[in-house]
Amino acid sequence: MANGLAGTTLRINLNTGDIRRLPTDEVLYRRWHGGRGITAKILYDEVPRDADPLGPKNIFIVNAGIMSGCYIPAGSKVEFGSVSPLTNGPGDSNMGGHLGPTLKFAGYDLIIFEGVSPKPVYLFIDNETIELRDASGYWGLKSLDCEKKLKDDLGEDFEIATIGPAGENGILFSCITHDFGRQAGRTGQGAVMGSKKLKAIAVRGNKSIQVKDLDSLEKQVTGIILRTQKHPNMVPWQKYGTAFFIQWSNANAVIPAYNFQTTFYEDIDKIDGDQLVEKCLITDKACFGCWMNCGKYTKAVIPGKPEVHLEGPEYETGSLCGSNLGMKDINHVAYINWLLDNLGLDSMSGGGVIAFAMECFQRGLIKEQDLEGHTLKWGSVDDVEHFLDMVAHRRGVGDWFAGGTKRAAAKIGRGSEKFAMQVKGQEMSGYDGRWAPGMLLSYMTADIGAHHNRSWTITVDMAEGRERVEGRAKIVVYLQHIRPLFDTWCICRLFWGELDITPEEIVESLNHITGWGISVDQALRTSEMIWNLNRCHYMERNRDNGRAFDYPPARAWEDKIPSGPGKGKGLSLAQIDQMLDEYYAARGWDKKGNPTRELLQDLGIDYAADNLEKLGFLGEPIPGGIPPVRGEKYKPKAF
Amino acid sequence: MRIKVNRDKCTGCRLCLQICTIEHFREINPKKAALRVEAKFPDPGKYRPFVCTQCGKCEEVCPEGAISRVASGAYIVDKDKCTNCGECVPACPVGVVFRHPDHDFVIICDFCMLCTELCNTGALVKWERAASQEAKEA
Repeated sequence: MANGLAGTTLRINLNTGDIRRLPTDEVLYRRWHGGRGITAKILYDEVPRDADPLGPKNIFIVNAGIMSGCYIPAGSKVEFGSVSPLTNGPGDSNMGGHLGPTLKFAGYDLIIFEGVSPKPVYLFIDNETIELRDASGYWGLKSLDCEKKLKDDLGEDFEIATIGPAGENGILFSCITHDFGRQAGRTGQGAVMGSKKLKAIAVRGNKSIQVKDLDSLEKQVTGIILRTQKHPNMVPWQKYGTAFFIQWSNANAVIPAYNFQTTFYEDIDKIDGDQLVEKCLITDKACFGCWMNCGKYTKAVIPGKPEVHLEGPEYETGSLCGSNLGMKDINHVAYINWLLDNLGLDSMSGGGVIAFAMECFQRGLIKEQDLEGHTLKWGSVDDVEHFLDMVAHRRGVGDWFAGGTKRAAAKIGRGSEKFAMQVKGQEMSGYDGRWAPGMLLSYMTADIGAHHNRSWTITVDMAEGRERVEGRAKIVVYLQHIRPLFDTWCICRLFWGELDITPEEIVESLNHITGWGISVDQALRTSEMIWNLNRCHYMERNRDNGRAFDYPPARAWEDKIPSGPGKGKGLSLAQIDQMLDEYYAARGWDKKGNPTRELLQDLGIDYAADNLEKLGFLGEPIPGGIPPVRGEKYKPKAF
Repeated sequence: MRIKVNRDKCTGCRLCLQICTIEHFREINPKKAALRVEAKFPDPGKYRPFVCTQCGKCEEVCPEGAISRVASGAYIVDKDKCTNCGECVPACPVGVVFRHPDHDFVIICDFCMLCTELCNTGALVKWERAASQEAKEA
């Protein structure tokens, strides 16, 4: 196929071991663009609404995407999808590295796993050879150790994705690990793999990917690469990766410190990008085809502990496992990053869960006797190591935290819900939204809970007024359409944000690859369709008006920021409600946060309106009709 | 003309492998590239690119006389003469003579230098040497 697709889709029944090879559905790709889009559609169509996310009726999707492996800058992503055990809604998570392109080089676009294997297996793909192999020799191994063993056993040129003990034990914020440090961390995809007894995926391929117009693609992409080599952001980006933003975030009062109690960290100089490069860096590390090499392969050296190697900590882990835990040494942050990676836990939710537990300890809600005689104090790497072992193996109170902060707070009670820093069950990324209202709204309304990849507005908030909430909703809607497109195409978003590559250029690349001939606006419309389908799916599973799911924890409006440049800043509940009202209006949803038939019809997903109507959650018609265009394009630095 | 390798600067992105196969086969397929990148993880945690050093071992062992050096210094494979016997593959001391099931000839770097143009870290650098030196070695 000369359209960027490899040509074959696999359907694998883990109950029976049956592997079906099907021609990839080009019509489905054209309509949903692959990645997050196809994931949303397949999950909507195939997973029964009452299916347990960790049960046999959930499915697990691996999608290499339409643009990955196609000489597109940072075209390296692979997207995983299933109904999320963390949010109980449609879930997806992606990672860079080399797995996605390699799947296509082996000939496969999409893998859909159904059922549960009776015993631990791993999927072996070597071009045409596809086998579900016995994984009893790998089950129980930690993520990085398992990848090493599979490489030793199969060969260095196999690309591997694994889960760790946490995924095997059904810890709901378990991740999938690849390339000794790339993770699909969010929404608990590792827990779904574990529930299916699928320990790993190993792929090797030597086929070519054909695109529609290689001459034009080569000319355009080579031009972009050569042009951006001289971009002023390139040097700091290559040097620090995202760790560059640790200082920036602190200076601008958005970094989470001590479980989001404040947004200023007094010891920031001990955990910043300079510390990382000076004390930990082994080598820069890039994903497939990426010239920005933001990955930092590092070591953590702590007296009395073995030297460990890891990738990171990047910004998110650096903040959530650094300032948010009160860590005062970059080696300690890196060591916690490694612990989480090797156990197979998402280091973002992981940081959130540890921080929540630390605040519970601070407030006396959990005590030493609950922690097998250990403490859980801010800044103690030893306490964190012991606590994580309890969580990953569900020992004692570790079991309470295995479901993330929302479920832990429900167990602990006594007001702890207020500082369980999550939305829809998923922990917040490394930004506090109290003085960045657009960011808070982004967390509140994201389909997978409080994750920044759907919309990130800090620079918008700074430019438009950090105490103003008016007008922010329309921009969030736009960002929620444009940012997820990268996950839909399975390419990295960072080169757009950091190197001023325009959406028009990226869609031009897409057209050279696929021959679709679409515009940016058409792509945005597809993204809006995906957004609304996921919204309907979430509501159908969780059976309530949409608005019921869209509130942050009460800390967001009850506590003002207590220290640093943001001291005294914060939002009121009335402002949060105002943002939600504006957001729903901008989306063409009713005041209860429910999509309307007029909108769903306009987007061509009428069936979702029928399903919502049956459940009684279809939006009331909007007086005067839905807005003709949803969202407002935002030009200045707004990523 | 040669390619200088600064191995500590390689980040393993494989952009070099992609442009190599686009240039020479009009396909995207790293397994058809005329250079390779070795990854050593988790220990010590390093990448190392390997490129043709123009040592001439492939030409020496070729039983068909299908490999010959040209003025640029590169060893060029005559696709008509090459029988894909594979003698040159193990003879290459750096492991950069490749075979691929799609083709009945071996793949060797022709020093088009596109990889050095795209390499953004300086791991692969175009290495222009004095003409007299090149001539002497040729």
